[in-house]
Amino acid sequence: MAEGLPSEGHQREPVQAPPAVIPGFLSQTIRIAAKDLSIEWKSREIVFTSGFLAVVVVLVFSFAFVVGGTPPPSTVVAGILWVAILISGVVGLGRAFDRERDGEAVRALLLAPVSRTAVFFGKLLATVALMLTVEVPVTILVDVFFNARLASHAGRIALFLGLGTVGFAAVGSVFSAALLRSKSRDVLLSTLLYPIVVPLLIAGARGTAQVLDPAPDLDAATFWTQFMAVVDVAFLVVGLWAFEPVISGE
Amino acid sequence: MTAPAADADPGLARASLEVSHVGKVFGRRRALADVSATMRPGEITAILGPNGAGKSTLLSIVATLSAATSGKVSWGEVELRRNSPHRAALGYVGHDPGLYLDLPALDNLLFFASLYGVADAPARSRALLERVGLGDVPSDAPVRTFSRGMMQRLGLARAILHRPPILLFDEPSAALDPGGVTWLATELARERAAGRVVVLVTHDLDAAAALAEHIVILRRGRVVRDERRQSAWGAAALRAAYDESCRG
Repeated sequence: MAEGLPSEGHQREPVQAPPAVIPGFLSQTIRIAAKDLSIEWKSREIVFTSGFLAVVVVLVFSFAFVVGGTPPPSTVVAGILWVAILISGVVGLGRAFDRERDGEAVRALLLAPVSRTAVFFGKLLATVALMLTVEVPVTILVDVFFNARLASHAGRIALFLGLGTVGFAAVGSVFSAALLRSKSRDVLLSTLLYPIVVPLLIAGARGTAQVLDPAPDLDAATFWTQFMAVVDVAFLVVGLWAFEPVISGE
Repeated sequence: MTAPAADADPGLARASLEVSHVGKVFGRRRALADVSATMRPGEITAILGPNGAGKSTLLSIVATLSAATSGKVSWGEVELRRNSPHRAALGYVGHDPGLYLDLPALDNLLFFASLYGVADAPARSRALLERVGLGDVPSDAPVRTFSRGMMQRLGLARAILHRPPILLFDEPSAALDPGGVTWLATELARERAAGRVVVLVTHDLDAAAALAEHIVILRRGRVVRDERRQSAWGAAALRAAYDESCRG
């Protein structure tokens, strides 16, 4: 470093204590989520890329399955919707955590007097919001392309999507955090995450199909809703337990 | 959550940082063994040593980013560890800036200020941008567009945003140009003058010689020299001490 460095003569800034009151858990969670959404609002990168991918998936399936203007059965339509959500979700999730890795922002975040649980819920909240932002237009697109009558069961479909998204984001946040420092994280994230979220995917697709069927089986749909809720709770508990050690890299 | 605090205990802001018998084991590899040192406020401590000596591991433990296998780090009467609100007493600058590259400079500072509960966040953030020479940067320019030196300046602003009594630097001048290195040295001296505990991990003996009164030399995870002088060491004295400690 340079010679003749000043050790005195600057305006002295008094050493002060850390703040008297550090924001509470809820406030920390909201600030972390808001930061992620603010970044996305400025770049729109995740919504555009994952949304584009989901639209392409729906388009390709529509060319494959809509023959002579006749839409495929509800089981196929439900499967298409959930595959589009799954593929786009992985892309969004990976990018959301890339932003923590670039510039080692995650290190500064972990140094702050913020609980790891607040970091987990903040990332989860932002991921859910971003995924839902993509899912709404994709669901409408599926409705239009496959004449799926989704609108007439909007409440149940929204419940399925919400539960599926929360579970996916919970377990996805843990894996994304674990892979933050991995060079092959893009490949590994899909490889690790897909098998884990299979129960949610099956339940979401089966439940959606039951609702979309010309003769809806609402009891079966309720069963799948409850199944997804139980899986969500399990994923949230495991996520909370696993997030701290994986994000800390220990 | 109530932060620790030196405003509750005025003596704390002037307390020393104590590393007591710290050990760290990764699997079967011992990175640190029985490391002890005292870093005083108003003093720059340089942690030196060859590659693999355990310098960054030690700093990571002090910063609460990593847990010690044995021993403890304390600041005054309080123990610094992960999940303790006393972490708010720490500011850290590494070789990477610790910033969100897609956010503008001011937004980065405001975000971290909100996590630390900095009361005068907008004014404090703008003042720091001016101080580190980024006051004229377009307000909507994301950090990604900054030069390496600009990022490091903003990284320092982020680290001192909450006025921490303890500042930790891990190879902060890596990849900085000579002008940036000079600026960083000036800032380090300024933080020392402000009465902070300043800990600098570096390979750059010249930098350490020009700034540090206190040196801790690590070799193979152990302290082989812990010595302080009234003023900065000077290049020749530090080189001699380093060579003697790391010989063999």
